[in-house]
Amino acid sequence: MTSSATRQSSRSTWGKPMLEITHISAFYGDLQALWDISLTVKEGELVALVGPNGAGKTTTLRVITGLLRSPTGGIRFLGEPLDRVPPHRIVGQGISQVPEGGRVFSGMTVQENLELGAFVAGARKDRAQTMEWVFQIFPRLKERRTQRAGTLSGGERQMLAIGRGMMSKPRLLMLDEPSFGLAPILVEQMFEMITEINRQGVTILLIEQNVRAALELAHRAYVLENGRIVGQGHGEELLTFESVRSAYLA
Amino acid sequence: MSEALAQSLVFGVLVGTIYGLAALGLSLVFGVTRFLNVSHGELLMYGGYASFWAFTLWGVDPYLTIPFSIIFLLLIGLVLYKLLFARMVRLPEETKIRNTLLIGFGLSLILQNIALRLWTADDRSIMAPYSGEALTLLGVRFPIVRLASVAIALVCFIALHQFLRRTYTGKAIRATVEDWEAAAMMGIDTNRVSQLAFVVGAALAGIAGTLVVISYSIEPSMGLDWTLIALIVMVLGGLGSIMGTLAGGIILGVSQAATSFFIGGNYREIVGLLIFLLVLILRPQGLFGYVEMNLKFARVLWHKLFGRKTAKAAEG
Repeated sequence: MTSSATRQSSRSTWGKPMLEITHISAFYGDLQALWDISLTVKEGELVALVGPNGAGKTTTLRVITGLLRSPTGGIRFLGEPLDRVPPHRIVGQGISQVPEGGRVFSGMTVQENLELGAFVAGARKDRAQTMEWVFQIFPRLKERRTQRAGTLSGGERQMLAIGRGMMSKPRLLMLDEPSFGLAPILVEQMFEMITEINRQGVTILLIEQNVRAALELAHRAYVLENGRIVGQGHGEELLTFESVRSAYLA
Repeated sequence: MSEALAQSLVFGVLVGTIYGLAALGLSLVFGVTRFLNVSHGELLMYGGYASFWAFTLWGVDPYLTIPFSIIFLLLIGLVLYKLLFARMVRLPEETKIRNTLLIGFGLSLILQNIALRLWTADDRSIMAPYSGEALTLLGVRFPIVRLASVAIALVCFIALHQFLRRTYTGKAIRATVEDWEAAAMMGIDTNRVSQLAFVVGAALAGIAGTLVVISYSIEPSMGLDWTLIALIVMVLGGLGSIMGTLAGGIILGVSQAATSFFIGGNYREIVGLLIFLLVLILRPQGLFGYVEMNLKFARVLWHKLFGRKTAKAAEG
């Protein structure tokens, strides 16, 4: 976890492309949900995928993780095709996913949840060490360690979900609506923690409905609408885009 | 009078732990896979016959036949899973329950008829040289064979409990029970977890079958009774609760014993079904189970038993 330079100064010096998605589409039965989506996440970046409810953000994630197959285009991770990898192998490739709502295992303790995050063979042997890293970012989880996840507050549960996602020591962490259902003050804290995780060297793909906060946070962003990418650029630049302003920030 | 009552209640507890063990496998399989395998009672019967064979053909001590029935049932479980159940894994939950229910019914007929061929319709049981011995405490007899069976059942409960709590595989199973999609995101191969749960469930049925053939007797048409018992205990104890399943088994055993004692032996089957309905109506999450999981199951069962209208009414 070597720490990278600050976000602002390193903007133009990103490493090689990590996740490359080219021209994918997706269908639910006869219903087309995604049209010709292409996006790239480079090593060390924090990229946001924003858009209104139902724009296809989660669907894009489902295609990346193999829960849905795209009939067109392709997905590459670190240069290797990801299209035929079954969902449970994705995490072994270095991609970790924190689903919407967190979906922690509520009947199990905080520690057990974290241990399960390190289920894949590569991460399992280092789990004590990785857990210390998670506790350093989310000290609250350390206090709650032996508590059942079902007894945690909404914010703590989301922290646990992210911590669980970190336990596989991912190269790429994909977060689906981490701010969903949290009080505004918690949302701000949550975004600070996400920035910190990114600063410590984890590439992040952040999916958010909270457009303004996500754009302020991200290095680059893609705007998704009705299953199509309608805008992309550096996060803070997008904030000034007329279409984005009028649609989401008015 | 009071001694006879105590005796019959003690027998109720002793048989109840075997009821619990019979339900344990069914509950594990249902919890992990949402397969409602109604041929579970037949699997139990095959465990009994495996022991019967090992005992009569090779003269193995009744309790040492347990490994035979475990191996036999692991194999049967694996074949059934690969052949029939594996393809149900990705179906939506309700379809999965319905389809496996139908498969289970068909399977129970087939398994029964094979048993009839192989072992005839005679009642079979196996007698150890020490079968007749019993401890007596305050005028109540504790046959040592049944006590040993209780001990073995308890070992199974504790072993499974520890396995699910302490090992990585056990935790993966519990995670899959709670949310298989989230479990898959952790890199857990949920297909393999399903298969593991299914064969372990079959093996547990096999052990229960051995205990039945040692302490009681078996015959080819016993399966349905034991499936019903296992279903009642599973719902009573609550899905996802191992110790609840044990408690459920004992409660059913004792209620049956009390019913036989006070009302008459013919009514002992009815009390189980009565408990079943009462639990579904009054406490659908069972005595100790995870609320949500049992509720879902209870709803589907309502639906199957009493039709669409009643199910809607029950849901409000």
